[in-house]
Amino acid sequence: MADPRTNIIEERMKGIGKIIAVSSGKGGVGKSLVASTLALILAGKGYRVGLFDLDFTSPSTHMILGIEGVKPKEEKGIIPPVAHGFEYMSIIYYTGEKATPLRGTDVSNALIELLSITKWGKLDLLVIDMPPGIGDATLDLIRLIRKIEFLIVTTSSRLAFETVRKLVGLLMELKVPVVGIVENMKMDGSSNIQRQTRMLGAEFLAEIPYEQEVEDAIGDADKLLGTALATKVEKVATRITEHSYERTGKV
Amino acid sequence: MHEWALAEAVIAAASEIAEKEELEEIKEVKIRVGELQQVELDIFEFALSQLKPPKFKDTQFKLEVAKAELKCRVCGNKWPFDKEKLGEEASEAIHFVPEVAHTYIKCPKCGSPDFEIVEGRGVWLESVKGVKKGDG
Repeated sequence: MADPRTNIIEERMKGIGKIIAVSSGKGGVGKSLVASTLALILAGKGYRVGLFDLDFTSPSTHMILGIEGVKPKEEKGIIPPVAHGFEYMSIIYYTGEKATPLRGTDVSNALIELLSITKWGKLDLLVIDMPPGIGDATLDLIRLIRKIEFLIVTTSSRLAFETVRKLVGLLMELKVPVVGIVENMKMDGSSNIQRQTRMLGAEFLAEIPYEQEVEDAIGDADKLLGTALATKVEKVATRITEHSYERTGKV
Repeated sequence: MHEWALAEAVIAAASEIAEKEELEEIKEVKIRVGELQQVELDIFEFALSQLKPPKFKDTQFKLEVAKAELKCRVCGNKWPFDKEKLGEEASEAIHFVPEVAHTYIKCPKCGSPDFEIVEGRGVWLESVKGVKKGDG
């Protein structure tokens, strides 16, 4: 007996240049905000972009970006709708705002189902908002998508970074590319995370200051683009697209 | 119409098995279709017939529907899937992603959403039979 879905996933990802999983060791570090803003900025730069919210039990990118009233189209599979200039896929199309209590195997199954039925257009970049940590979703994506790369978000907290250390260590051991680490909600001038990142052998991509404006910008993509967070994420976007020039010669 | 996407996956998986087992001609592919996913069998069969590569030209696709059985992890109660009790929106959502059943279905005995889909979730490839290279 075989699960036929895993065979088609590579095929579904074939038309996508780069796949960036935005991840973190623990929750609450602003990973979804960074992923959403990254998709907005890349689309704004003219790249063909997709955003895939894989944080099934707490999806939030639709709230951050104020995406509502759109639905995927059925055409020999599921075609994600376009919002803010990029293709957008989330489990909320099927759950609404109701709670979705899922165990690990259910998370795995739902993830494999969506990966196998979603038909993305030709994309330069697909940004994935991951659930935090090294659970089922992370292990499945590493197993099923060979070209995946990870962008890691942390805060300045030693607690957050300790979980990042484990995540990055695992990814490096598995030879999964790590684009770099972003320090979010920074409140002082300490360069501790930069130093720790270098010690891990990863690239420090940006430090994003803590700002109240981000909370006020939730649900409003234009406001979000006006925040200091967006300015910093733009640097990350540039680095990611440069990366791809170095790595593959094209985006 | 996402039956096409599922059929495409079945063909890809069956082709890979056929290649691994060095089957030249595929005689029979057995597929188990879980009731929970509510796959439209005629569309699924039509999609299979349209998507199959030459190796599968005389293949018989045997579909078997597996009844869905749900089991509560809290109180141990087992119960069948009842589409009629769900609204159209919920049953369509479950059709696309069977796991969202946890959003819409609760244990009829104790009310918990923490249940296991014991049987009848989605599409499974049961077996691929054919003639091996050189077996003529």
